[in-house]
Amino acid sequence: MDTHSTSHLSDSAEAHAHAPHAEEHKHPTWSTYWKVALILFFITVGEVWAYYIPSFVASRAFVPSLLTMSAAKFIIVVMFYMHLKYDHRLFRVLFTGPLLIAGLTLISLLFLFGHLIIKL
Amino acid sequence: MTAAATHHYTTTGLDNRKIAIWAFIGSECMLFTSLISTYMIYKGRSVVGPFPHRPWTDPTTGQTLPPILDIPVTSASTFVLLMSSLFMVLALAAVQNKNLPKHTRGDRILGSSKLWLWATALAGATFLGFQAYEFTSFVHEGLTIKTNLFGSTFFTLTGFHGAHVTAGVLWLVTLLAIDYRRGLTPRDAMNVDLAALYWHFVDVIWIVIFTLIYLLQ
Repeated sequence: MDTHSTSHLSDSAEAHAHAPHAEEHKHPTWSTYWKVALILFFITVGEVWAYYIPSFVASRAFVPSLLTMSAAKFIIVVMFYMHLKYDHRLFRVLFTGPLLIAGLTLISLLFLFGHLIIKL
Repeated sequence: MTAAATHHYTTTGLDNRKIAIWAFIGSECMLFTSLISTYMIYKGRSVVGPFPHRPWTDPTTGQTLPPILDIPVTSASTFVLLMSSLFMVLALAAVQNKNLPKHTRGDRILGSSKLWLWATALAGATFLGFQAYEFTSFVHEGLTIKTNLFGSTFFTLTGFHGAHVTAGVLWLVTLLAIDYRRGLTPRDAMNVDLAALYWHFVDVIWIVIFTLIYLLQ
């Protein structure tokens, strides 16, 4: 596969196709999409691998590391595949606003029902 | 038709359809958070089995049975859904670059919107097949939506997600029908982009569900 020509093809076409639109910027190339898929694959393998190590599951690092890996995958997909890294900031606001509210609601409910406890 | 009417521009210079889909995705975040919250609140509070991560005793037979979640199968379905997101961005790029000359075989493969739309739809259908298999095996093992708190919250959450994947597959099929009928061109890129955003959203929700429900014990 001619990676160089496809990348060039992608860049020029997207620049041409998107020029008149205020909200659209240059999207990643095909090679970036493949690299992102590879990273997502390896993070998923890491998550499942961690699940099958009993000593790690029993350790304090298990939950934070799984949540970190999951958050990394979430951010990568949103930034690169949903193009939020490249698109207009209004779209970021429309997405992260409700996401923050939702996240705070989730954390508050977990506190309320005793799943998260702060020891003073 | 004027260019402005064709592209649905707003005073922000942004396409109103894209603003709408992001607002919709924002609201969907809240919907799924409410379902995930419910699952998390009731996690570990089921009185009777089957349980997701620990062995349980069947009261009718007295037999001790393993945890009900099948991580290898779900890992495979997660991989399929992640790959479907790759296929979707390649489909979008293929539509955006449709008018460019294809010099190499690689260009022709990467530039085939039909190929990538088919791949995405098939990956989505495969994910649904995995989910149907999982639901069926759970019911055979004694877990229904009425069995315990885990069953109620699990089937509601994953069922809602499955319904969203089904809607996404139907959306992809309509795009494929248009592509076969008159061919998708760069002028249709926004329509494909909207479907792609929805599809990736379904994927990121599964990323969260997979970790919180299947992996965290």
